[in-house]
Amino acid sequence: MKLNRIGYPYLIWLGIFILIPLLLVTYFAFTTGDSQNFSTFSFSIENFEKFISPIYLGVLYRSVKLAFISTLICLVLGYPIALIISKEKPKIRNIMVLMLVIPMWMNFLLRTYAWLTLLGKNGILTKVLSFIGLEGVSLLYNDTAVLLGMVYNFLPFMVLPIFSVLTKMDNNLVEAAEDLGANRAEVFWKVIFPLSLPGVITGITMVFIPAVSTFVISGLLGGNKSTLIGNLIEQQFRYTGDWHFGSTMSIILMVFILASMALTSKFDKEKEGGGGGLW
Amino acid sequence: MKNKILIMLAMVLLLSVVATGCGGNEETINVYNWGDYIDPEVLDLFEEEYGVRVVYDTYATNEDLYVKMKQGGSSYDVVIPSDYMIERMIREDLLMEINMDNISMFEKIDDRFLNLDYDPDNSYSVPYMWGTVGIIYNTTMVDRPLTSWGDLWDEEFEGEIIMLNSQRDTLAVALKKLGYSMNTRDIGELEEARDELISQKPIVYAYLGDEVKDVIVGGEAAIAVVWSGDAMAMMDENPDLEYVIPSEGTNLWFDAMVIPANAQNPEAAEQFIDFMTRPEIAAMNADYIGYSSPVPEAVEMLDEEIQNSPVAYPSEEMLENTEVFKDPQDIISEYDRIWTEITSAQ
Repeated sequence: MKLNRIGYPYLIWLGIFILIPLLLVTYFAFTTGDSQNFSTFSFSIENFEKFISPIYLGVLYRSVKLAFISTLICLVLGYPIALIISKEKPKIRNIMVLMLVIPMWMNFLLRTYAWLTLLGKNGILTKVLSFIGLEGVSLLYNDTAVLLGMVYNFLPFMVLPIFSVLTKMDNNLVEAAEDLGANRAEVFWKVIFPLSLPGVITGITMVFIPAVSTFVISGLLGGNKSTLIGNLIEQQFRYTGDWHFGSTMSIILMVFILASMALTSKFDKEKEGGGGGLW
Repeated sequence: MKNKILIMLAMVLLLSVVATGCGGNEETINVYNWGDYIDPEVLDLFEEEYGVRVVYDTYATNEDLYVKMKQGGSSYDVVIPSDYMIERMIREDLLMEINMDNISMFEKIDDRFLNLDYDPDNSYSVPYMWGTVGIIYNTTMVDRPLTSWGDLWDEEFEGEIIMLNSQRDTLAVALKKLGYSMNTRDIGELEEARDELISQKPIVYAYLGDEVKDVIVGGEAAIAVVWSGDAMAMMDENPDLEYVIPSEGTNLWFDAMVIPANAQNPEAAEQFIDFMTRPEIAAMNADYIGYSSPVPEAVEMLDEEIQNSPVAYPSEEMLENTEVFKDPQDIISEYDRIWTEITSAQ
């Protein structure tokens, strides 16, 4: 493949900010020693062995589980939203997309923080719940709150790619299916949904990856009670200073993400757009 | 039309970059402190008097600070760690000796805060604040007086307890409950404390840092483990709150100002430390944050109520059953491992 001259700055960018850090993380993952002193490094898979313990595997399992559930919820909620928006006239459509995106103009941390006041014991939601008879429900500092935070923050990442595929879809195909006698459900499941798969795949990837690696949402809304793999990695880098173990966990997480991406792209048999080129 | 707006936007962006880029001639000092641990007005006063701009940054725990200092990339002129962390930093040559001749206010500090174990010759640190760790609880939500760390394991309080998201402090609670020293070097005892904390997890509401103040003041939870100064600040806002030093004994801590070995502006750092020790400034600061000042003249300037408060200024006998944290030295990695296991457990 020949690169355009314009391509070189991107290549340098890629090298400095993606390739080298990735190599460094891999290097740290397979060594032990004082994180500050390269001369003390020695090759070892000790940190991988350390990770294979019920505690850390449990954390990984919980992270993957929560990320999976939140991705599923995003899909179930997001697909109808995308479908509804795509059916509207362009003018209304643009307004609706804008409404979806506007909350993202606010800082991510701030938006998550706002949930603290909503979910707290004296928060509005809890008050409403106790008003309708559901008293003593604890909404904050548990896995449900973390899930809520994930769905709330990542939902637009599911809606937008699906929406973008749906609007580009050739409406003649839908009409042809209707002409040939398909009912509405058949049109959806046999024509619209299969054609929108590339968008769905992108949406799943774009929700699953940030969800499985988040540490802010689980820290804030989970009250640091249920640690996720992201928190564990943060802890190694920020408080414990064991960059080696932190890197090991990052690599393991990356392998998981790659595997899940490979798995989802398998469903995308047509390789239409290959999950990319949607924006 | 659209282009014009774009160009204008680009120019504004460019200008802001240029604007923040210049003004580099002004003398600056980088201060790194705990969150919520200074009266911001004090910084303005310092800037005015010395013409030195203060770049102020905060951290949440001693470990956070340590990693940031150790792993470089940042250079601070004054940081304010606690006793055991100062001991570790001195041991690892991360600190610069302070020329006490430049700290004219040094003599104002009460002798009992000088030459402590963490800095035996008192050549690296100048005390900033001190205090204890205890339990704060809301008397309208808890129907009996709490007296011991063991109360934090009482299932009656499920979903009402907030623990500190801080390694040493939280381990100390469990170690003291079990009747061990909070400076234990026995891995078996540490693991017992770990199991104790894991068994407590289901009834804990959350592990928090500075956020605990809002939660307790707002009555969102009834009980929390807090530092005495934070307790003062919370009780000031909500009179239903009560602070106790548990019967098993607790941690007596000291936070002191130190100058990192790689400081860029040690002279200004010494000026800053001197300024903070000045009685009227120390009083202003202590009054604002609620913590206890080691400068007797400053304490005398505070309200009678604060001066006589057993929370902020406990009597000698109340402090009899206390321990000061020590640096675990060679077994730090064990502490780290055990803390990771506690936070990871479900």
